[in-house]
Amino acid sequence: MNTPFAITLRVGSSLANKTGAWRTERPVYVDRMPPCNDACPAGENVQRWLYHAEEAGYQEAWRQIMADNPFPAVMGRVCYHPCQTACNRAQLDESVGINAVERFLGDEAIRRGWTVPVTAPPAGTRVLVVGAGPSGLSAAYHLRLRGHEVTVRDAGERAGGMMRYGIPVYRLPREVLDAEVARIEAMGVRLELGHPVTDLAAEMRDGHFDAAFLGIGAQLSHRTYLPAGDSARILDALSVLRTIADGEPPRLGRRVVVYGGGNTAMDVARSARRLGATEALVVYRRTRDRMPAQPSEVAEAEEEGVQMRWLSTIAHAGRGSITVEKMRLDDTGYPQPTGELEELAADSVVLAIGQDVDRSIVDGLAGVEVRDGVVQVGPDMMTGHAGVFAGGDMVPSDRTVTTAIGHGKRAARHIDAWLRGARPARPPRPPLATFDRLNTWYYSDAPATVRPRLEPARRVSTFDEVTGGLGESTALYEARRCLSCGNCFECDNCYGMCPDNAIVKLGPGKRFAIDYDYCKGCGICVAECPAGAIEMVPEPR
Amino acid sequence: MTVQRVKFYQTGSFAVGNRLLDPAQRSTQARMDRANSITSGHRACQGCGEALAARYVLDAASRATDGQLVVVNATGCLEVFSTPYPESAWRVPWLHSLFGNAPAVASGVAAALRARGRTEIRVIGQGGDGGTVDIGFGALSGMFERNDDVLYVCYDNQAYMNTGVQRSGATPPAARTATTPAVGPQPGNTFGQGKSAPLVAMAHEIPYVATATVAGLRDLEAKVFRAMQLRGARYLHVLVPCPLGWGSGTGETIRLGRLAVETGLFPVFEAERGEVVAVTPIRRRLPVEEYLRPQRRYAHLFDPAVRSDVIERLQAMADRNVRRFHLEGKR
Amino acid sequence: MLSQIEGSRAVAEAVARCRPQVICAYPISPQTHIVEALSALVKSGRLTGCEYVNVESEFAAMSVAIGASAAGARAYTATASQGLLYMVEALYNAAGLGLPIVMTVANRAIGAPINIWNDHSDTMSQRDSGWIQLYAESNQDAVDLHVLAFRLAEELSTPVMVCMDGFVLTHAVEPVDLPDPSQVDAFLPALRPRQVLDPAEPVSIGAMVGPEAFTEVRYLAHLTQLRALDRIPVLARELRDVLGRGGTGLVDPYRCEDAETVVVALGSVLGTLKDTVDELRAEGVAVGVLGVTTFRPFPADALREALRRARRVVVLERAFAVGVGGVVSADIAAAMAGTPQRHYTVVAGLGGRPVTRDSLRSMIADAAADQLAPLTFLDLDHDLVRQATGGQP
Ligand SMILES: Cc1cc2nc3c(=O)[nH]c(=O)nc-3n(C[C@H](O)[C@H](O)[C@H](O)COP(=O)(O)OP(=O)(O)OC[C@H]3O[C@@H](n4cnc5c(N)ncnc54)[C@H](O)[C@@H]3O)c2cc1C
Ligand SMILES: Cc1ncc(C[n+]2csc(CCOP(=O)(O)OP(=O)(O)O)c2C)c(N)n1
Ligand code: SF4
Ligand code: SF4
Ligand SMILES: [Mg+2]
Repeated sequence: MNTPFAITLRVGSSLANKTGAWRTERPVYVDRMPPCNDACPAGENVQRWLYHAEEAGYQEAWRQIMADNPFPAVMGRVCYHPCQTACNRAQLDESVGINAVERFLGDEAIRRGWTVPVTAPPAGTRVLVVGAGPSGLSAAYHLRLRGHEVTVRDAGERAGGMMRYGIPVYRLPREVLDAEVARIEAMGVRLELGHPVTDLAAEMRDGHFDAAFLGIGAQLSHRTYLPAGDSARILDALSVLRTIADGEPPRLGRRVVVYGGGNTAMDVARSARRLGATEALVVYRRTRDRMPAQPSEVAEAEEEGVQMRWLSTIAHAGRGSITVEKMRLDDTGYPQPTGELEELAADSVVLAIGQDVDRSIVDGLAGVEVRDGVVQVGPDMMTGHAGVFAGGDMVPSDRTVTTAIGHGKRAARHIDAWLRGARPARPPRPPLATFDRLNTWYYSDAPATVRPRLEPARRVSTFDEVTGGLGESTALYEARRCLSCGNCFECDNCYGMCPDNAIVKLGPGKRFAIDYDYCKGCGICVAECPAGAIEMVPEPR
Repeated sequence: MTVQRVKFYQTGSFAVGNRLLDPAQRSTQARMDRANSITSGHRACQGCGEALAARYVLDAASRATDGQLVVVNATGCLEVFSTPYPESAWRVPWLHSLFGNAPAVASGVAAALRARGRTEIRVIGQGGDGGTVDIGFGALSGMFERNDDVLYVCYDNQAYMNTGVQRSGATPPAARTATTPAVGPQPGNTFGQGKSAPLVAMAHEIPYVATATVAGLRDLEAKVFRAMQLRGARYLHVLVPCPLGWGSGTGETIRLGRLAVETGLFPVFEAERGEVVAVTPIRRRLPVEEYLRPQRRYAHLFDPAVRSDVIERLQAMADRNVRRFHLEGKR
Repeated sequence: MLSQIEGSRAVAEAVARCRPQVICAYPISPQTHIVEALSALVKSGRLTGCEYVNVESEFAAMSVAIGASAAGARAYTATASQGLLYMVEALYNAAGLGLPIVMTVANRAIGAPINIWNDHSDTMSQRDSGWIQLYAESNQDAVDLHVLAFRLAEELSTPVMVCMDGFVLTHAVEPVDLPDPSQVDAFLPALRPRQVLDPAEPVSIGAMVGPEAFTEVRYLAHLTQLRALDRIPVLARELRDVLGRGGTGLVDPYRCEDAETVVVALGSVLGTLKDTVDELRAEGVAVGVLGVTTFRPFPADALREALRRARRVVVLERAFAVGVGGVVSADIAAAMAGTPQRHYTVVAGLGGRPVTRDSLRSMIADAAADQLAPLTFLDLDHDLVRQATGGQP
């Protein structure tokens, strides 16, 4: 008798008992859309690149950005980072400093000379891009990545569009822009500068281009009727900024009035301070909270001594002074004149009340629709004229660099598909990873890092970059503040907390699988996933 | 450029694993080669905290002892759901004798190993709160008092679950069980009864006593490791929410463990030779109500009327714990 | 070599020579001298490789033995009376798990009323616990039976209880021939457990068994015990060869060949009985004695063979199943069912009452005349009973 202990029967393994049969619901892994990704106009997979950055995989992180956006270093300076506005961490303490990390990565790439190889086989197609602003360069980059031959023609002497001629250097040093543009050029994108395109059809025909992307921006300063004396010195913002960018700053005088409430107005006012204006006054018709300028820009302008005058219009401009009229908002929020006038000293007035698109380029192009002053495009960024696509400030847009880049990317995808006669793959849009889906207990307490900034006193005397970058350790810290919303970041909670060992760990980078033979469907993994990357679904019958 | 300069690791040690930490610093449960001392196919209820905690403890002990482990189990859910003939979920040498004798059986195993010169093999006794603080308490005290080389682990789900949720000496006041029903003017378990087994254990001045919860994995594992470094009688009291007995959602197990700590109702501490040497401070203090509400065993405190008088008494218990164990210190 | 020694000490010496590895015990009269002696042997270093565990109860004593045995150690404990009852749950468990534990029970009455003196109430109450029960007639017997018990337990992987009468044997100082350690070693190999708690080969012991196999488990236990009936005489012979003394292991007939009346008994009372039989034989009464050494498993065949020729059987019971009568006699009656034999049950010597030769003589005389009541209480104090019952018989 070999039965163990004579009378206790030998037992087998419980693995024979498939407890999965108990289940009425099953957990499944999902990749939700993190709010940052969702909010990024360029469609960056922010969560994913932060994931790489978290483990100091800076080059991978950078490459992940580059999959969507060829301007990380520029982005890290000028993007208004709607990702951070949307970031779930804001509900915990403060949003992740995505933009700062992006800048770190962009700068790191420039410092280390990282490049992007073109691996796609030549597509045998030629695309003309008009405009070397962010939309045009983005389109060119993405088209090149897909194997197309791309020529970019721009009227200006240097590439960059508003990144070069609008945004002041104290916010975007030109060597940064140059480096990122050069990288695109190095991929084989032909840049033909000083080449205004006037007859698109002819250029396409002559150059044997199979498609065109237009990204000419909104280059014309908006004009408004301003009662002014002959001797009044009235300038427009774009030319002021352009001349500054060209290194020939205009003489604005000691007291400068800027009319308008957008970012351009802030840039002009701040530039004026740097050029020696002792008084820089922004006059705006509505209230502060209705200003289109970014609050951070307004704040920085104020730090630099720029003064604001809300609910005011310029009723008259004369030599050495202007007359402003007080406004009040009516029930619809529209400013109405009050008749209350006041005179203020002013050596010059700069108008920063918007930009218009020069539509002449599409004149005579059959099928192109222009409405509200901008060229209309479909969801595929194609104009009404087959093969002619457009993006950036010249189409309906919130007119930011990032949106322009996003347009360029989207257009490139569709141009590629159009040229190949294929339907573009529609990237899936998973449901949003909302804050309530997170289990924030698991994240360490970590206040946001603050980017170093130049002292206001020094700012008014130089065009040096105002905002500094993060050091490696602070960038790493900031990246690690990411909650990885809606996406597994391999914290092992599911693997560790399953009472039935039904989660199979597949190894670093490979995430997990669920062994439905044993999963009883208790839902602990779902409840304890910090990122909300597991979902309970009814058991399929 | 090294990662080490940054002392912030996203989830730190809150989550089970952390790819940002040095592998040596990660939890046992995060390892692909963890022992899985109790394996799949066991018949514990969905979301059973006891099944989970048993794996946590034994896997950690296995790692600490290089797999040189023998386990003695008291009667109770853990025993019943793990070994219904003809299957066993155990991957460690395991012995079940009776409900009330696990500490003594473990002592016997330890004595045998000593006699056989096999003291590299370590002994763990384990059982539910009933098996530990009630029927097995004499045996436990004897094991402590002799300072036998046993780590005894109590998986405290605060009632006799295996027999259908009856009151034990570890059932908290006001909790409804099958023998302290939610009827009459003072529904649920009576105030002023029950015992703190960890404090009694400390009175034996044994080398090591600690409390933990299934929600604090890293803390629990650290305590198992500490316990396995020591010889002699050691006691680990682990709070394990039981969805069936507590009337909680099957996915709520970890959260309730966490809430028990964060409200102050379950103090987490460590003692050596009868003196408290460390406490786990509360991270985000919460009122007891947060813990009580999700459990149907306390439903009578909220429905049909809110029994603020009773809730206040429970809050006072939590407050006392916070004072007594200094639970609001710095982490 | 014969030495003048107290029974308890002798048993302790014998147990020590069996090289136990874990001894765990809780004191209770009349077992105390055994475990005291063993603790001294361990403490003094005379018995090495053995752990002596001072437990907090008999329940713990048996539990420690269970753990020790399951972990591959030769485990021993001793108890009596209330202590035996206190460990009952673990007793069944040890048997159910098939652990080769050896335990001495210094037989004593069970309270209430509390009584420390000898009878067989304690072990008889555990006759169905699954333990093998061996009853010693003398201290020599007790000593030798322990050696046999370890061998038997380990061979069959089942626990064995050696029952010796409290005080009468445990505290009696008489000449005993202690087995030489080399003799014990020759007879008793080192423990080779069937199954052991070992990380090298993890086993689960003590799983829950439901209706689907519980009967089979019980049946297997029964088979093991039946196998003991075959093995005990073989082992007893082997031990006899080593020691040059000893009984047959199952039953010991004394002058039964032509006996018309056979008195069956267990334990030390057999000595007095044999003296009485010798006297009566001298007077020409055809009477014999049958000593039962192995009570569990019940040696029905051996008994049938030994009692085959007797016309009547008197079972002298040292315990009493209240409300029914004899414990041993019930088993014997069942074994002899179908024979024309007459059966008498005599309850004697409860709670330490002396069983005298005179009483036995008159009992046998009554039996031989078939004038014995089927259930008789030897030397019952009728006055006392009458007082207590207020006149009723
Ligand atoms: C002062 C200022 C500050 C700004 N600051 C920010 C900021 O901080 N962050 C932000 O996101 N956005 C900012 N913006 C907005 C942002 O710069 C624009 O939305 C963005 O540059 C638009 O990109 P685009 O490619 O559509 O056009 P543009 O950048 O305007 O580029 C158009 C290009 O096309 C060329 N071009 C035009 N017509 C022709 C033609 N016929 N032939 C050939 N070439 C032609 C132009 O020379 C120019 O290079 C700012 C804008 C201004 C004016
Ligand atoms: C001596 C004895 N009394 C009662 C029981 C019945 N019984 C078995 S398990 C159990 C409850 C176990 O409770 P606990 O120890 O808290 O473990 P849990 O099941 O809650 O994990 C009881 C009362 C028993 N098996 N043995
Ligand atoms: S926490 Fe991370 S993933 Fe979530 S929104 Fe912020 S940056 Fe994106
Ligand atoms: S009753 Fe409670 S302790 Fe028992 S198996 Fe179910 S959840 Fe676990
Ligand atoms: Mg319990």
